[in-house]
Amino acid sequence: MTADQTRTGAALEVEDLKVVYTVRGIDREVLRGVSFSVAPGEAYGLVGESGCGKSTCAFAAVRYLPRNGRIVGGHVRVGGRDVTSMSQKDLQDFRAREASMVYQDPAQALNPTLRIGAQVTESFLLLGQKKAQARASALEALRKVRIADPERVMDRYPFQLSGGMQQRVVIAMALACNPKLLVLDEPTTGLDATVEAEVLDLVRVLRQESDAAVVMIAHNLGIIRSLCDRVGVMYAGRIVEEGPSGEVFDSPRHPYTVGLLRSLPRHGAHKTESALATIPGILPQIGTPLPTCVYVDRCPLADDVCQTQVPPKVPIADRGGFALCHHSDRIPEVEAQLDAVQISVLSPSDDSPDVLELSAVSKTFHQRGHDIPALVGVDLTLAAGDTLGIVGESGSGKSTLAKTILGIEAVDDGGVVALDGSELAPATNDRSADSKRAMQMVFQNPDSALNRSWSVRRILVRSMQKLTGIGGEEANTKVEALAAHLRLTPRHLDLKPRQLSGGLKQRVAIARAFAGDPRIVVCDEPTSALDVSVQAAILNLLASLQSENKTSYVFITHDMGVVRYLADRIAVMYLGRIMEIGSTDQIFDDGPNHPYTEALLSAVPSVDGEVRTRIPLAGEVPSPANPPAGCVFHTRCHRLVAGLCDVTEPEPIELAPGHLSRCHLDAATLAQPVKPPASVSG
Amino acid sequence: MRRFVLKRIGSIAITLWLLATIVFVFVNVLPGDIGRKVLGPTAQPADVAAFNARLGTDRPLIEQYVTSMRRVFTLDFGESFQTGGPVTDLVLPALGRSAKLAILAFVITIPISIAAGIYAARRQDRLADRVTVNIGLASTSVPEFVTASVLLAVFAVQLQLGKVYANVPEGTSFLGQLDYLLLPALAMVVSYFGYIARMTRAGVIGALHADYTRTATMKGMDPGQVMRRHVLRNALAPTITVISVQIGYLFGGIVGVEKVFNYPGLGTMMLNAVGKKDIPVLQASVLIVGIIYMLSTLLADLVIAYLNPRVRLEAGR
Repeated sequence: MTADQTRTGAALEVEDLKVVYTVRGIDREVLRGVSFSVAPGEAYGLVGESGCGKSTCAFAAVRYLPRNGRIVGGHVRVGGRDVTSMSQKDLQDFRAREASMVYQDPAQALNPTLRIGAQVTESFLLLGQKKAQARASALEALRKVRIADPERVMDRYPFQLSGGMQQRVVIAMALACNPKLLVLDEPTTGLDATVEAEVLDLVRVLRQESDAAVVMIAHNLGIIRSLCDRVGVMYAGRIVEEGPSGEVFDSPRHPYTVGLLRSLPRHGAHKTESALATIPGILPQIGTPLPTCVYVDRCPLADDVCQTQVPPKVPIADRGGFALCHHSDRIPEVEAQLDAVQISVLSPSDDSPDVLELSAVSKTFHQRGHDIPALVGVDLTLAAGDTLGIVGESGSGKSTLAKTILGIEAVDDGGVVALDGSELAPATNDRSADSKRAMQMVFQNPDSALNRSWSVRRILVRSMQKLTGIGGEEANTKVEALAAHLRLTPRHLDLKPRQLSGGLKQRVAIARAFAGDPRIVVCDEPTSALDVSVQAAILNLLASLQSENKTSYVFITHDMGVVRYLADRIAVMYLGRIMEIGSTDQIFDDGPNHPYTEALLSAVPSVDGEVRTRIPLAGEVPSPANPPAGCVFHTRCHRLVAGLCDVTEPEPIELAPGHLSRCHLDAATLAQPVKPPASVSG
Repeated sequence: MRRFVLKRIGSIAITLWLLATIVFVFVNVLPGDIGRKVLGPTAQPADVAAFNARLGTDRPLIEQYVTSMRRVFTLDFGESFQTGGPVTDLVLPALGRSAKLAILAFVITIPISIAAGIYAARRQDRLADRVTVNIGLASTSVPEFVTASVLLAVFAVQLQLGKVYANVPEGTSFLGQLDYLLLPALAMVVSYFGYIARMTRAGVIGALHADYTRTATMKGMDPGQVMRRHVLRNALAPTITVISVQIGYLFGGIVGVEKVFNYPGLGTMMLNAVGKKDIPVLQASVLIVGIIYMLSTLLADLVIAYLNPRVRLEAGR
């Protein structure tokens, strides 16, 4: 669909929209004149890093701004009516009948104290339906979002449903009025990969049944590519590039889009082949006057024109859309410059000795008189300088494994955690100072990992003292050297964590972990709260620190792109068991995979536009307190062999040297393609 | 749910036992001989000894403790050391008077302060909100007896509205009683208004910012509907907790207010009992306040469980 087609008869038309937030009495511009339009039935993606204004843009479209937010210019038209000038009454009517929204975090979006039935029925009551009719409509709406047993779901409270089901309910409410405009704000963020894939499948199907104009916000560019016809890339309150999503992601024409895309690990990239691109500098603060190109401070092409003139919308003839750039013809220079940046990361040699060895590691929690096995018979080794990636859905035992390695949770009797060949005490407190020092952790959220009332210097010096016994001036000197090594400036050392950006805080957390010169660093989702360009810098940093110090990583993540980039070996976990373990190549490229891995990999939407056959996982993850008999995955497996898998728990078998799979099926059988089921079921 | 209630009642029993023990310990730590204290400095030593022997206050402490615990659990508190009459005859009427005053105070406070809290929350950070918050803060920070004295001086003395003595004569009509009780009740209202209003305001603001409120608004509901159907149910739990805690305090009687208005409630009775070492009266009144306190928090928990299915369903497990 071209821009011209959409302009005529657009369902949503945003024209030169300007929004300010009043902060401490001063109006700060958040949207600096945003224009785009979406045709009926079209899906338009908004992407960009946090603070770029994409959510503000979506919420402004339905005039739902925070109390300090105000539309100060421009128009939003939906079906020809101007939303910006509606009366309060008309606005309510508009929201009830014409516009709907699906939000991030469905658990919060549903009222915890009302039954699902009451909440869904309400949407229809607001359309003027009578009680009985509204209830019938609600049942129908739940059926439409593929909820198999709507009567039962109507009687439940939100907290009794899984995240995927909750989001289906929110979508059912959003579609109640058959809206002209549907805004999806990060609808799958926080959901597991397989659940995310199900929700996205549903959205895809429903789009065909409706002619709503869809505006979708997602930080995951793969989702945008797989779902949206066109995409707008936002930066500092402006759309800097727009075009058909596939083309924008394959041949970006704005330097920011180039940087953004290159900071993602794509096309199967690995740390030993190339560093990730990073974008120097930071996003300008909201409200900074920018009578220039918004990207000028960070752009490799910036020159005098960029400093003085707002760039025009340069139409891009060969693919439609535009770039807001004075130099959109010079993109190859940006690419070349990024290609030139290389770090040398050594691939670990095959004969590195093992530093960590786990054998028969189990961890059972006791709750209300029940045994809950969170880890069952985990065996693995980690070589010096290697990264072991651990993937799996929530509840698979990834974090418990990390905690058990570190001794935060004591391993059950019979299990062994050994460092350099000698067995460690189960609990951290019983371990020697040396072994504590040898193993450190980096957490997902640096805010809660760093003492907020201490300066960075004090945090690091304290860790240095605690871990190495070095004190006084020597510790200070060492901390300064360490900080410099992690590209923290001396100025940063005297700030408190809250004065730092998310990326810098995570750098401090990493510096803290490295203060005692550890052998092993356990990283639990260290980049999942960060923007992609910041994530790229952190991943580069982790890779180069590893290469220099021969540190080993246990890297827990749900992001397949990240794990593929950073890990040397990967373990796939399900219900506390390692279902498959192998080298990164074996897992991602060589195959064959364990059926669970197969389904997990098929669920990841690719920013490169690779199409995989989706293997939907039936049902929900069983409770670890009551795991299925036989193979724990058999209840959801698409390669189930009845009479075998539901009876006997398989032992790991070797698919290839170093590639183990806990499945009855051999390599040849697993390599056979499966026929995916015809319809997507709930 | 039934298990939840049974468990709570069990823990109430244990708490009451602890409370009775603490009272017993405190009373025996107080200096002075009981017989001497009750009969006065001029009494003959023999009379004092006889008095102590009659009441058992000359027995070993452990024996006195067992006796007093037996009394607690049979709800027979014996006779007052001072009057010699049954404790229940003293305590129950005092409880009735305290209840009258407390209920009147709450009937006025709860609607006013919850309404003010909601009003302020809907106008968060605007002038109306600031004014409400500051009035609340000011009213809470003035001690009750000061408020009571001011009300007494201004309304009862100067303006001749309301009575200086709150003690209602026998046989006064319902409306006539209001004339006596309104001023002391107002003193309590002033003290608790700010507390409840600010708690309500905070709860409502939290719920107004919640995602489910956004969902409701985006469904196209008007703000009043959103408030009634979605916000209040989620917002009021902390308010209910605060109210239940204060019911305990108020029944216990606010000694300051009772003193100023010369009102013979439970608070005054307890104070006198401490001074006179009237252990049975003290024990009975402390326990009654304790029971009311615990029943009101139990009630609050039940209301919260009713409002919040998560609490209800998980407590029932």
